Order: sequence, then C-alpha cells, then structure tokens
Amino acid sequence: MIMNSQTPKIELKGLRKTFGDKVVLDGVDLTVMPGESMVIIGGSGSGKSVTLKCILGLLHPDGGSIKIDGKEMTDATTRERQDVLNKFGMLFQGGALFDSLPVWENVAFGLLAQRLCDRKEAKEIAIEKLRRVGLSPDVGSLSPAELSGGMQKRVGLARAIAANPEIIFFDEPTTGLDPIMSDVINELIVECVKDVGATAVTITHDMSSVRKIADNVAMIYHGNIIWTGPKDKIDQSGSDYIDQFINGKAEGPIKMEILKG
Amino acid sequence: MNFLAVIGRVVISFFRAAGRIGLFATNAITHMLTPPYYPRELLRQMMNIGYYSLPVVGLTTLFTGAALAVNIYEGSSRFNAESTLPTIVVIGMVRELGPTLCGLIVAGRVSASMAAELGTMRVTEQIDALHTLSTDPFKYLIAPRILATVIMMPLMLVVVADTIGVMGGYLLATTKLGFNSGNYMKSTIDFLEAIDVMASLTKATVFGFFISLMGCYHGFNTRGGAQGVGISTTNAVVSACIMILVSNYVVTEMFF
Repeated sequence: MIMNSQTPKIELKGLRKTFGDKVVLDGVDLTVMPGESMVIIGGSGSGKSVTLKCILGLLHPDGGSIKIDGKEMTDATTRERQDVLNKFGMLFQGGALFDSLPVWENVAFGLLAQRLCDRKEAKEIAIEKLRRVGLSPDVGSLSPAELSGGMQKRVGLARAIAANPEIIFFDEPTTGLDPIMSDVINELIVECVKDVGATAVTITHDMSSVRKIADNVAMIYHGNIIWTGPKDKIDQSGSDYIDQFINGKAEGPIKMEILKG
Repeated sequence: MNFLAVIGRVVISFFRAAGRIGLFATNAITHMLTPPYYPRELLRQMMNIGYYSLPVVGLTTLFTGAALAVNIYEGSSRFNAESTLPTIVVIGMVRELGPTLCGLIVAGRVSASMAAELGTMRVTEQIDALHTLSTDPFKYLIAPRILATVIMMPLMLVVVADTIGVMGGYLLATTKLGFNSGNYMKSTIDFLEAIDVMASLTKATVFGFFISLMGCYHGFNTRGGAQGVGISTTNAVVSACIMILVSNYVVTEMFF
C-alpha cells in the first residue's frame, strides 16, 4: 500500500496555531506519502482536530508550511484551495450529515456540487456507495435523523468516498459506537480506502482502530509530533508517552489537565 | 480610570461587531451576485419565509387594523372628525404598522429559525462538511436566505399585511361603528398615495435584509454547543428588532 518514491501527498513543516494565549500546534512536522494510511493519535485537546482543520483550510495556521502534492497551501488563492479541496473526502466525528436532505442527497452532495454528473446519475452513484458500506438502497430516501449512530457513520463514509477522492480524512471514526460496530466501521474504512486507492489520515484515540487502519502512526502531544513510525513498531517505540497512551495508564509522563475544585 | 476603560472597551467592541457585520453583509451580497447559484435552495427558503409566515402575519395585522380603527374612532369623535377614520387607518397601516409589525413578527419567526438552524449546523460541523464538499457555505446557506427574505418581505408579506390590516379596520368600521361600506372604501382609495405604498415596500425590503442578515450572522458565528445556539438565537431576534425600529425611522425620514 505504501509508495515511497513520490512527492509526499501531505507535508507539514513547523505548523503553528494558537487560540489567544493557548498554543495548540507548536511546530508540527508530518509527512504522509501517497497511498499511505497515517493515523494520528493523542489525548483530547492535544491538537489532532486542529491539525486536520488547518490542512483543510478551515483554520488558518499562524506559521509553518502545509504542502499538498508539493503545492504550498498556506498562501494559496481561493481558486487553488478549491481545486485542492476537490481531492478530499472527510468522515466527521458526528457524521455531520445535512438534516434538511435525504440520505442519498447527502451522499451525492459533493458530486452535485462539483457538477460531476446530473441528479439521476448522482442518485445511482449514491445508492451504489450506500450498498458499498452495507446499507440497502431504501435507506437513501430516509432522513439522517431516522438513522442510528452506526448507520450515520456509514452514510458519512459513503459520502466521503462518493467522489473517489485522492485523500480521505477520518475524524474519530469509531467514537460513540459499540465495539462490534467500531470493528465494522474500521473494516469498511480499510476496504473503502483500498477501493478508491486513496491516501488516508485518521485521528483517533481508539487503539483498536489504530491497529486495524494504520500503516504508520504519529503521536501528537502538546501540539508536537513526539513519535512517528510503522504500526508494528508502536509496542516497541521506546517512548514512555506512547507506552502510557497505548496501554491507557493514568500514571506516566502524560499528565491530564484535570481541574479540581 | 477604570470607568473610562470600561467605556472604551464597550465602544471598541461595538465598532468591532459593526465592522464584522458589515464585512459579513458585503461578503453575502458578493456571493449573491456571483455563480454558482442554488435556485432549489432559494425556492425552499422563499416557501419557508414567505408562505409559512402568512398566517401569523395575517392574523396579527387583521386584529391590529381593527384595534386601530376603534382607537381612531374614539379619539376623532372628541372633535367630531370620525369621517377621517378610513384615511388614518389606511395611512397608518400602509406607512407604519403594516411593514413594522410584519417585520417584527418575521424577525421573531424567521431570524430565530435561521440563527438556530445555522448555529446547529455550525456546532455539528455541517458547515465544515460543506467546505470539504466543495461548496461555499456563503453561497449555499447565506445568499439564498438573504435573497429569499428580501424578495418575500415586500412582494408577499407586507402587501398581505397592509391589505389585511386595512380590511381589519374596514370590517370593524362597517359592522360595529356604522360606516357605509362604499364610502369607507372610497375614502381609503382616494387618500392612499403612491408614495405611501413606495415607503411601505422600501421598508419591507430594508427590514427583510436586516432580519435575514442578523439571523445568518449570529447563526453562522455560533460558538459552543446548545447554549451557544440559544445565545445566537436570542441575539439574532433582539438585534433584528433593533435594526427594524432604527431603520424604520431612517426610511420614514427619507420619504416624508
């Protein structure tokens, strides 16, 4: 799955982002090669989601460099950014499905927005993508509010892969799901990413997702990437931070910020 | 010294908010004029804002027109000027009460609903999802809402409000105050001038713009969860009502 010879698909160098006095990203360096599945792990508030939002252009970084296919994005024009965004698909933590639209229109939204096909064809593609994630065609006519949490994740996944994107982001894909449904979603993610031949970046703190989805793992802590390596090296990383995180121990170098009152 | 600092902070934050709203409005207008357009979304909003507001606007102005007629009759009878009732009702409704009441009702209904819907979309990452699906939220969410309100306020809601308000006065005057139906209608039509209607429609357009602008601005910039949505909704309605009352005075001064 990993190809090493090309330009990195995503390259972050010295990425910085602050909110007021709070430094969220403090010089993040990360390289994701084409076809690679990179999983970023880290505790709550460590800067995982902010990293993704900076790459997508939803947040403007205070410093550093973001390159997509070798092209610098921090000073890109709106048109250039739009062209790059067309390469992305994203599965949001809560699904982020549009309540006002039926399921099939949610899935086909990107196709229609980019005018890649007409409504009839878009509906056919949406139904096919729904089938790909294990949902029957009649789900297409339902409203997102009528779906369970697991089904919403599947619809979100179908939407993320609908336009065959080159890069797919998964934001906490298994949060709020039971272990069996989590495994189903993890399997689907691996299969769908392979199907469309995409580069994947997943942020999670669920270690079963890491072991299932990842080629490489990066650990973020206090706005810095403190370790990067292949998935099978994570248990022998030699980092106390990684050991504490993957074993879920309260004692260790990572101190959770708990307000005691 | 602290007192002056507080005043300074309030003034700065007022101008900062005004600047942000100004930029938001400029952005919205620019996106309204440039493609891609979303006619399906525009029609949906026109239906929501215009058609579904008709019952509440109609009911409110019907009873206000009737109450206005009672008050004017009682007041004008003190100096034997009851015959001026149709004129005052029509001028009062068309110039002032029709557009203002309609604006305040639509602010409560539409501005709140826009702020709540967009605020919920913001906190559930639906607006971020639009970005990732190659769709500009300003074009897809903001432009159709503002355009639909600016179209429906003068062309449907205020026309209906003015007409039903005048009819409320007419019904009361002819059934309870002993006015002759034909004479009442003649007075109403004779004394209504084009400039009264122009002022009414201009107010409706301006109010429509502020109602949707405040709903969209506060909803789009919602922070936090359910509490943030609640705060945005309240701010949207309050600021829309204030803008309606201020702009009502400005437009009235411009016309008369």
